[in-house]
This record gives sequence, C-alpha cells and structure tokens, in this order.
Amino acid sequence: MSDNVQITINGKTASVTPLTVVATALACEGVTRFRRSVTGEPRTPLCGMGVCFECRVTINGQPNSRSCQVLCEDGMEIVTDE
Amino acid sequence: MNEKLLEFDIAIVGAGPASIAAACAASENGKTVVMLETSPWFGGQLWRSEFPRAKTRQAIKWFTHLSETSAKAFLNTTVIDAPAENTLLAETSDGNLRVKYDKLILATGTREIFLPFPGWTLPNVYGAGAMQALAKADWPVEGKRIAVAGSGPLLFAVAANLRIRGATIVLTAEQTDLMSFLKFGMKLPLLAPSKILQAIKYQSRLIGVTYKTSCWPVEAYGSEQLESVMFTNGKRNWKVDCDYLACAFGLTANLELPRLLGCKINHDAVFVDDFQQTSLKGVYCAGELTGIGGIDSALTEGQIAGLAAAGKMKQAKKLRRTRRRYNKFEKAMAKGFALRRELLKLADDETIICRCEDVTAGQLREFDDWKSAKLQTRCGMGPCQGRICGCAVKEMFGWENLSIRPPVYPAKMKNLE
Amino acid sequence: MRQSYDVIIVGAGIIGASCAAECAASGLSVLVLDKGPIGGGVTGTCMGHIVILDDSEAQFALTRYSQRLWNELATKLPEQAEYVRCGTIWVAADQEEMQEVHRKYKSYTENGLEAEILDNKALLKAEPHLAADLAGGLLVKQDSVIYPPAAAYYLLKQSHKNGAVVRSASEVKAILPEGAVGFSCGTIITGSVVINACGCQAPEFSKMAPIKKRKGHLAITERRDGFLNHQIIELGYLKSAHAAAGDSVAFNIQPRKTGQMLVGSSRQNDSDDPSVQHHILSKMIKRAFKYMPDLRDVQVTRTWTGFRPATDDKLPLIGPDGDSGKIWIAAGHEGLGITCALGTAKLLCDMIMNRPSEIDTKPYCPSRFAKGNTEDV
Repeated sequence: MSDNVQITINGKTASVTPLTVVATALACEGVTRFRRSVTGEPRTPLCGMGVCFECRVTINGQPNSRSCQVLCEDGMEIVTDE
Repeated sequence: MNEKLLEFDIAIVGAGPASIAAACAASENGKTVVMLETSPWFGGQLWRSEFPRAKTRQAIKWFTHLSETSAKAFLNTTVIDAPAENTLLAETSDGNLRVKYDKLILATGTREIFLPFPGWTLPNVYGAGAMQALAKADWPVEGKRIAVAGSGPLLFAVAANLRIRGATIVLTAEQTDLMSFLKFGMKLPLLAPSKILQAIKYQSRLIGVTYKTSCWPVEAYGSEQLESVMFTNGKRNWKVDCDYLACAFGLTANLELPRLLGCKINHDAVFVDDFQQTSLKGVYCAGELTGIGGIDSALTEGQIAGLAAAGKMKQAKKLRRTRRRYNKFEKAMAKGFALRRELLKLADDETIICRCEDVTAGQLREFDDWKSAKLQTRCGMGPCQGRICGCAVKEMFGWENLSIRPPVYPAKMKNLE
Repeated sequence: MRQSYDVIIVGAGIIGASCAAECAASGLSVLVLDKGPIGGGVTGTCMGHIVILDDSEAQFALTRYSQRLWNELATKLPEQAEYVRCGTIWVAADQEEMQEVHRKYKSYTENGLEAEILDNKALLKAEPHLAADLAGGLLVKQDSVIYPPAAAYYLLKQSHKNGAVVRSASEVKAILPEGAVGFSCGTIITGSVVINACGCQAPEFSKMAPIKKRKGHLAITERRDGFLNHQIIELGYLKSAHAAAGDSVAFNIQPRKTGQMLVGSSRQNDSDDPSVQHHILSKMIKRAFKYMPDLRDVQVTRTWTGFRPATDDKLPLIGPDGDSGKIWIAAGHEGLGITCALGTAKLLCDMIMNRPSEIDTKPYCPSRFAKGNTEDV
C-alpha cells in the first residue's frame, strides 16, 4: 500500500497503515515488552487510554512518551526499553 | 516556542460523547466553543473505533452534528493546569496553549479500577475496557485465548467485541453473585430500555462462552509474559491457560481536573445541580464525572451542560427528566456490582501496588495513612501520579489521595513556563 | 505508655528525629510526638541537600560539622534514604561571579575541604547540559543529597531501638513551662525537658521564637538517568535569593538517586498560601532554562510548595528557650534543616546533658533574639 507510514522500531523499519496507534504498531511488530519497570520487570500497556503510563517508550528521542496516545507518522523513530 | 492564547465563550475538556453533545448544544446557540482532547481522536473510549469515520447510527448522528457546528477542537492537547482565573493551560504536540473562557465544561470521563493480585503486572494482563480500547485500535487479538474478568456490564461488551475480532474467550468471570446480577438485570427494562437491546445483541455473540458469576482471578502466572490465570469461586480454585487477561473491577471518574479547580466532590462524583453546574459558578461537569452512567446519560448531561452554559435554561430544563432516569440506572449499577471483600485481600506482601515505582503491598502495610505511605515508599509518586494505585489503596486501605498539584499530567518543562 | 520521660520532643521532622536519635543513643528516655506523619512538614517538601555554606562563620561551622556527621552515617542509611554524594557545583554566570568562585575556593580549601575551580570547558565537561556561555564554577566534592522523609524515618527507627517512643498523629496542645506537654483531651505527659522541634510551627509553643515562614516552589522531573551529575546552584543565589526582601527565584537543581531531577528554587516572605502559584513557578523555570536550556524538553511530574522556617540572621535557634532549663528549642534552619540536623541534635543534646561541644554553640543560642540582646546580633 502506497499510503502506508514508514516507522522504525528499535532501528528496524516497519510499515503500518495511517492512523495506527504507536502501541498497536509495537504489538503487531512483535514487541513483547514496552519498558522495564524501576525494579526491572517487563511491562506492557495496562489501561489502553493514557492514564497508567505503562506503555511508555521513546518516540523521536522523547523518552517516557505514552505510545497508546500517539499515532504513527512517517519517519517516526520508536525505541523501547530493551 | 509555540505558545498561543485563545479566547472562547465556552471551553470543553474532553472529546467523548458528553463533550460532543455539549459542544453541539452550546455552539448551536451562538457561543464560540473549543474542545481540548488529550488523545488524537474524537469520541472518547466508547466511540474510539468511530474515528475517523463513524459507523454506528448514534455516532454518525453526533459526529455529523458536530461537524456542522462552528465548534473548534484541539486533539493531542492535554490540559495541565489552571494558571489563572478562567484560564486553562494545555500541552500540545508542539508547544502549549492558553485558553481563556467564560464558561467551562469538564467531561474527562473515567478510567478502570484495578485491584492488585499476584501477577497482575505481567505483560499481557490488561484492563477490561483497556483490552476493548486496544482492540478497537487494532491491537492483535485474532486467534488469542483471552480470559475476561472483573465486574460490571462492560465485561459482556468486551467479550463480545473480542470474539467478533477473532479471539477465543476462554472464560468470562464476574465477581458479583448471581442474585445481585439478576436483580440488576431485572431493573434494566425500566431504567434503560436501550441497554436491553444491547445486552441481547451481546448475548447472541457470546453463545458457547462460559460466563460465571461469583468468580474472580486470584493469581496470574508467567515468566516474561502471561501464561495462565488461577480463578476461584470462593470454594474451588482452577487454572485457565490464556494469552491475555482482560480484567478490571469497574470504573472510576477522572476527578483530577475538577479537584484541581476546587469543585465539590461527593462519593467519587462531582457534585452538580440540575443544570450540571458544579459548586463553582460557570464550571459544569457532564458524563462519567458526575456518576458512572454510560453513553445515553453522558449525551443527555452533555446537552444540558452545553445549553445551560449557553444560557438556554428552559431548553436545558426539558432534558432533566431523562437525566433522572439515567441517574437511577447509575445507582442500580453500583448496587448490582458492589465489590466483594475477598478481592481486597488478593495481594500478598510481594504484590506490586504502585506500578510506576514498584511499591509492594508489604511495604504499604507498614503504614497507617496515605501521606506516610506515600512519603516513605514513593507510592503514587510516579508519572501516573497515583491514578492507578490510588484506586487500589483506597479500596484496600481506605486511604484517599486528595492533593492535586499541577501539572495534572506530566508535561514538558517548557510548557509550564 | 508511661507518663514521664527524660526528653519529650515535639515535632517528628528531620530535626526532631535527629534529636531523638541522639538523645536516645545518649541513654535518655525519649518520647517523640507529631500532629502529622513522620517527616510530613517541611522535611517532606524540601530539596534535601547536605551542603556546606559560608555566608557567615557560624553557618560554615555548623554546616561543616553536621555534614561530617552525615558522612559518618552515610553507609548505615537504608536504600530508601537515597543518599548520593554528588557534590555541588556553584555556577558563575560571568567574570564577576568567578571572583566569588575564587573567594569560595580559598575559604573552603583553607578549611580543609576538597574543592576544584572549573573553567568554562571543565564546567561543560562536568555538566554537558549547562548553557555554553557560563563563566565557570566551583566543584565542592563532599556535598550530597538525600531523601529527607526516609532519613527522618530511619533516625526515629534508630531512636526506637534505643528505647524511644514515637507517636505520630498526636497533636500537642501546649508545651508547659514545668517541662511537660498537654493534649486537648486534658492528658499531660511530663518530661525532665521538652524540645520544641516544630519548624515553622515552633512559635506556636515558643512565643519568643522569631521564625517566619518563607515559601518555596519545587518541581520534580521524570527519570532521566545520566542527564545530571552534580547538584548545581547558581552563585547569583546569594544575590537573588538570600538578600532580596521580596519574591525571588534562583537556579538550583539536584540529581536524585531515582534518575529524577529536583528543580528549584523560589523564596517568598509574605505568603501563607500553600498553593502552587503559576507566576512564581514560571519565573523559576525561566531561570532554570537560562542555566540549563535542555531542561525545556524534560517532563515535569509534579510541582509543589513548602515553607522554610527562617530567622532574620539566617542562623537556627538551638538552645534553651527561656531560663528554666526545662524547655529547649531546635528550629529555624530555613533551607539548611537537612544539612544541619545531625549537628543540631548533637549540640542540643550536649547542652541538655552538660557535655562539651565540638563547635561553639553560642551563635545559635535563642537568647540572641531576646529583648535587649538584639543589638549585639
């Protein structure tokens, strides 16, 4: 599809449909851990609506961004807490 | 820096059904209206999949209606403070925004109540409404084995929707007992006829799905992610293998902004008069903030608030009877789905309560009050600002966090300048 | 509960907690009372630095003495106390302030402290996010930061191990001249001595205590590991914050053990209102951007305010309150309560027990504010 949006997830390129939520893009691309908690536990989104902050990732260099509240844009760079 | 100052007759916080109804009503009556919404879409949680193109009749009606008004909306815009009289400060994706208003309508909706149990922090344990919201945003659910658990009529909707999207529902577990559940069901035709139709619709989609009352999860297992869940009916425990658990114990209003402004709050709902006006003159609340009542109630309250804020008291008055009926529905719901005490004791000493700071139940049990617990353990000091653990500690320990300081959501320092 | 103690301490903030630990360790029977939670006053809202200051000789003596005591305690502090010996960089914006760097360097090193002068290049190497045009700074190596409520909790736990009784949520109605405390229910508990360690509330019990509330704003950021290495204070601090009579702001930032940063500071003399005032916060943040522009994109998790217990001569009140020998006071440390807590406790306990002290206690004696004595200050 030509209107697809190109993003990178941890340096790997991915192509997603427009209006895809970043969190969804990550899950679809096989990311099983969005962040490490302060004691090192793996975490994925809990609330899906922007209140729990478990879906935090780095988006275009901005750490602690809520991936469930951001739509993918062309050229967006997403880094998870690996 | 990209800082703007804008002036409107009426500012609305939120863009869910209540906000849309309020915006339509106020805008139609000649007022300039602005909606400020955190997420990148209209419709709140309930109409999330209706954006950008509405599909269901009710949503099409209201989305069309809104598009015909002059109401302006800022998406990706989070209100973070009320820095001066009749002024809101909001963070946008490229800077901040100051909005001056004459009247303010708050419709910030709800979030889910989570009661911690061992393993609830594992990847792939989600809220129930959360699973629904994520599925609407095309989260991969097809072919997944999902257990749905918790409390409230929402569980039906969640299970039905997930099934439509190709998931296998391994169990739907409602914590309330069968009698309370049936009593609630019997009140439905009287209080909310449209909900019956909805219920029947869900039923037909849930044929063959095990639905158990008096049943709740006690522990989730898995090493790096969820593998299975132990359920109980109070007498017997059994393990259910699943890929996802969708679990929440009801809804609670997002009261942070009304609290920051100083609105009077009674029993977890903003106190409003017959015209949806709060204890603060010129500040109105609509939707779930005034009591958990669902979409019809939200739309009616939104209209009343919009009309009242626009000074159309007579028209607003006409809608009050409809609203009262919904209020009875709210009460029936609270009674039908009261949380059982066992749920408050699921967390063992190692269970994390505050997920931002990884504070365990054992650490909290050392303290007698919220302030001490917070000061000594950092519970509630993380980026969610106590939104998740706050509900849990309130249910588990009876502690309430009433102190709200700006920013209402974490915000870039430059946007607080 | 017994109804008589050697020492009754009113106030379970960092000062009360330190006094309790010291008195209990010295073999006295101790009761600690607070109307709120442990560390729930200014101890719970302040920045938590342990820093040497030399506005005056007396200030230098007490901060240095007390910091040494903290350094000795450091290894015993629990993880939750978040003790980090990050050092302080006093930042000079221009050449005029560089002169202050040299003066401070001389004064600190002559007194045996480790300090290092940083030129512009060295400054940016130490703190890459500082503005490029700053003149330089002074690195004082032994300064540290701590999470004060947890430190107070630890000190009270230590005192408890030595027999002290700690009661939070116990509001004292009055400190009685015979060395006792009264509650609103009518109960009276007697002690050989009572210590008033109530910070800003100290004047409620000691009418003579000339303590004024000085409001401050703070902001805490998200976790950004590695963004900041040292505590940084602008040297203009002395000019803009301490000297000014009206509202003022100064740049002060701390790296916390969590990776968060605590950003200050503001000073307001005539405010009783605990709410966050946007115009002050805004001024404080603007000041921070002048020194550290990269902070603009760092997220703030929360802002709040607190009240420092301030005296006119910027020195605390440590010593007898009146002539009876029954009532003592340890309060009024303004922004140095955490730094001076352990030293204060030692000095006060020395006085109560008639022990010699390591430093001269006279400059902190409350009687300096008594009528007729004010001329000498």
